[in-house]
Amino acid sequence: MSMAERPLIACHDCDLLQREPLLPQGGVARCRRCGATLLRSHPQSTERALAFTLGALFLFVLANVFPIVGLKLSGDFVQTTLLGAAQVMYRNDMRLVAGLVLVTTFVAPLTQMLAMTYLLLPACLGRRPPQARRVFRGMTLIQPWSMLEVFVLGILVALVKLAHLAIVVPGIALWSFGGVMLLMAAATAAFDARDLWTRLEAAR
Amino acid sequence: MKSPASAARWHLATCHGCGLLSRAGHEHAARCPRCGSPLHTRKPDSIARTWAFIVAAAILYIPANLLPIMETSSLFGAQDDTIMSGVVYLWISGSWHLALVVFIASILVPMAKLFALIVLVLSVQLRARWQPVQRTRLYRLVELVGRWSMLDVYVVTLLVALVQLEALATIRPGTGALAFGAVVVLTMFAAMSFDPRLIWDSMEKDDA
Repeated sequence: MSMAERPLIACHDCDLLQREPLLPQGGVARCRRCGATLLRSHPQSTERALAFTLGALFLFVLANVFPIVGLKLSGDFVQTTLLGAAQVMYRNDMRLVAGLVLVTTFVAPLTQMLAMTYLLLPACLGRRPPQARRVFRGMTLIQPWSMLEVFVLGILVALVKLAHLAIVVPGIALWSFGGVMLLMAAATAAFDARDLWTRLEAAR
Repeated sequence: MKSPASAARWHLATCHGCGLLSRAGHEHAARCPRCGSPLHTRKPDSIARTWAFIVAAAILYIPANLLPIMETSSLFGAQDDTIMSGVVYLWISGSWHLALVVFIASILVPMAKLFALIVLVLSVQLRARWQPVQRTRLYRLVELVGRWSMLDVYVVTLLVALVQLEALATIRPGTGALAFGAVVVLTMFAAMSFDPRLIWDSMEKDDA
């Protein structure tokens, strides 16, 4: 295919109209005017994104079932899970903050993982799931509100602050959240909306 | 064809969801033929909406920093903590690296973000032509780092949940935490409403 026949794309940051370059595997195309990343070509991006997402989903269950951290102080032992912490905030008349924590660390990441699985698994098998457009739109809307990586840093800061007060016992969920964070970062990096839609459209 | 040309000039719009380029037309109800997301050549009312969120965030930025984000009561008495006193506490207790992280995430980033957004919106309104590449980069940076300001909201939530030791020590959340969370959300909305393509529109107007 000659350059003139390559499909047109526009930069999402500066709107420059340009031809989509042919990318070698693992290549990155940047806008020639503003330098924004336009396309990435990962081999088997959809399969890899699915694998990372499934791994993250499994760890996310552990992260919410087990306590994040425990506190030992003169015979007392207190521990908390993510949902438990949000609940305490709610009971302390901080309903909006509790809601914000719940959305950014639980609802948004879970929705994103479930939506990714819902779209990627059938796509890998050459099928198109019903309501694919709606699920995809919901996923792109909620994605910026998933802040697991910030939450993991928040756990670490809280640990340091508490270490001066009492004996701190890191829980299973602490490591699980760290794992979910890394796997979701890998899944988002591997995910390629174009590859997904090419497959979904071919499956129709 | 004038070069360089923006897609909008050809009435083409990139779908923000799936990246497909398609004909936008003038009707408001245009949708991406592939994923169904609403199509806009430019984000609607970008300048007005961004200003509204900036102003709201700037107002709440004051109580967010002045009001306590948590209240500690222990055997040694009661203590109110603001964002800044939390940083100072970490610094004094020897965790200067964490103090630095919290200072950057909670104080520097929200302030720099508001300032950067004001510069971006003003530059677009004044049809400035300086440094479009740098300004676009600044926008990408604002989008990237904004979320890290949620850090203190999470720290307070975890401390409140854990330090419930009856007579020994109890931590309660303060109103500052609410204001602070609101600032983070509002600045994120401000960044989402701003359209970096407007920076480049003023570059092209003069060529036409």
